[in-house]
Amino acid sequence: MDATTNFWATPGGWTLITVGQIAAVMIWILLSLAFLLLADRKIWAGVQMRKGPNIVGPFGLLQSFADFLKFVLKEIVIPDGADKVVFILAPLISFVLAFAAWAVVPLAPGWVVSDINVGVLYLLAISSLGVYGIIMGGWASNSKYPFLGSLRSAAQMVSYEVSIGFVIITVILLAGTMNLQTIVEQQAGGFWNWYVFGGGLSNLPMILVMVPMAVVFFISALAETNRPPFDLPEAESELVAGYQVEYSSTPYLLFMIGEYANIVLMCAIITILFFGGWQAPFPTPFIESWPATAQSFFGFMWFFAKTVFFFFLIAMVKAIVPRYRYDQLMRLGWKVFLPFSLVAVVLVAAWRVFGPVQGAI
Amino acid sequence: MALQAIAFYLLATVTIGSGLAVVSVRNPVHSVLFLILTFFSAAGLFLLLGAEFLAMLLVVVYVGAVAVLFLFVVMMLDVDFGALKQGFARYAPVGGLVGGILAIEMIIVATAVARGGAARGNSEPMAALDGLSNTETIGRVLYTDYVYFFQAAGLVLLVAMIGAIVLTLRHKPGVRRQVIADQVARNAQSGMRTVQIKPGEGMGE
Repeated sequence: MDATTNFWATPGGWTLITVGQIAAVMIWILLSLAFLLLADRKIWAGVQMRKGPNIVGPFGLLQSFADFLKFVLKEIVIPDGADKVVFILAPLISFVLAFAAWAVVPLAPGWVVSDINVGVLYLLAISSLGVYGIIMGGWASNSKYPFLGSLRSAAQMVSYEVSIGFVIITVILLAGTMNLQTIVEQQAGGFWNWYVFGGGLSNLPMILVMVPMAVVFFISALAETNRPPFDLPEAESELVAGYQVEYSSTPYLLFMIGEYANIVLMCAIITILFFGGWQAPFPTPFIESWPATAQSFFGFMWFFAKTVFFFFLIAMVKAIVPRYRYDQLMRLGWKVFLPFSLVAVVLVAAWRVFGPVQGAI
Repeated sequence: MALQAIAFYLLATVTIGSGLAVVSVRNPVHSVLFLILTFFSAAGLFLLLGAEFLAMLLVVVYVGAVAVLFLFVVMMLDVDFGALKQGFARYAPVGGLVGGILAIEMIIVATAVARGGAARGNSEPMAALDGLSNTETIGRVLYTDYVYFFQAAGLVLLVAMIGAIVLTLRHKPGVRRQVIADQVARNAQSGMRTVQIKPGEGMGE
């Protein structure tokens, strides 16, 4: 036993463990994405009274895998006038960043690849980098529609990042920490301790601020991931498909997987920041006696269920809301969400200073 | 630790290499992309120093916001490098002078830090606070000791923002704007009017 413990403490063992964790998280996300993508299409079809994909496998369950094979086996076309290096780099960046963010997401008690102190900031940093994949892809394609799409997208993502940042600050103020695992742990003991309800009964008046903030975050997340009704960068009816026009085969696949990984990531962030992450919505004293692994699986189940629920909401929004006009999008971001979230930050900060629960938690 | 040394040399090499590439590549967009790479690896160096808060801020502010605007502007401009390089010989002495002074200053600062640490000049260097992450420490210093400077910096930024808005805001007369409140307040009575038109006359406004 001594030899093994020593081995895991060495740099080699540590690297091996970390790579194993990363592989486990990535494989799990990719597998979930395959079915979430199908769910997205099925929900969309259901709202429009169609059947959706139902040929490949039972209920079309294997549709995503068939699509995957189709994308991978096709020829990669690189336009003649394209900047080849940047053209190939762009989807890679999108893909890598979408998965890099998952490193700090706490999936269950003790299940997180990297438990860092500035986890929230790390998420913000990685999601602010996501715009580069799009803007580089649009520019490198050397074509008008992709370029227009990427410029739209860059402006949109930069705008909504501001309000996302302020919304996150409200949660940080309530939590008093930027460590995601700690933020989740503080929401233990039932749904009334979730930050969407102010975090604990003594903070209950904050429900007036935090519920709208959760809504603002949800809508900003839609804009940040270029989902309908804010899918102007892709707007298939006006820009063909925006920055993705010139992409085919595997590079396109990377863009698409990156986009969906980002969407699921946003669902996970909403879950963690506002809806208690892997905490059950009721007090769970009965799991104290369980083994640690069972507790982790119990938590992971809740985390997964909540994330999938928000993915369902995002899919429903895609199906039932018409697309925004670009100036309305900018108006919503800068003239509505920004002042609104700024006031919320002031209110929460005032509550933390003058409210009944003062000082550091 | 060996891993840290490897990470440091890797990041330092990338930082310097991409920094050189910023000034040497021909395409301005590539130049900005290399600048982003430089910022990013500098953030990695901060992480190695244990300054995770500064590293994340560097990525959020410089890479996530400032460099995006750079990229935006550079992509929109049609920069002709041939024309830019015409006056190279004329401006080389001035540029060299500025660069030389900057290099000397940086060497002086670097040697001073190397000899005595950054806090040598302070009569009473800040004691490391127990059980606090460096985010909390920065917060305590910034919002207590240096709160007036912090507020002043905020004011400067506010003035800059207002200045930019004043410079670019133009009110064109006769432009129809969307007023959401008016649209929402519209009902059947205010949105419709019944007009009796006599045959053959039409409706003149």
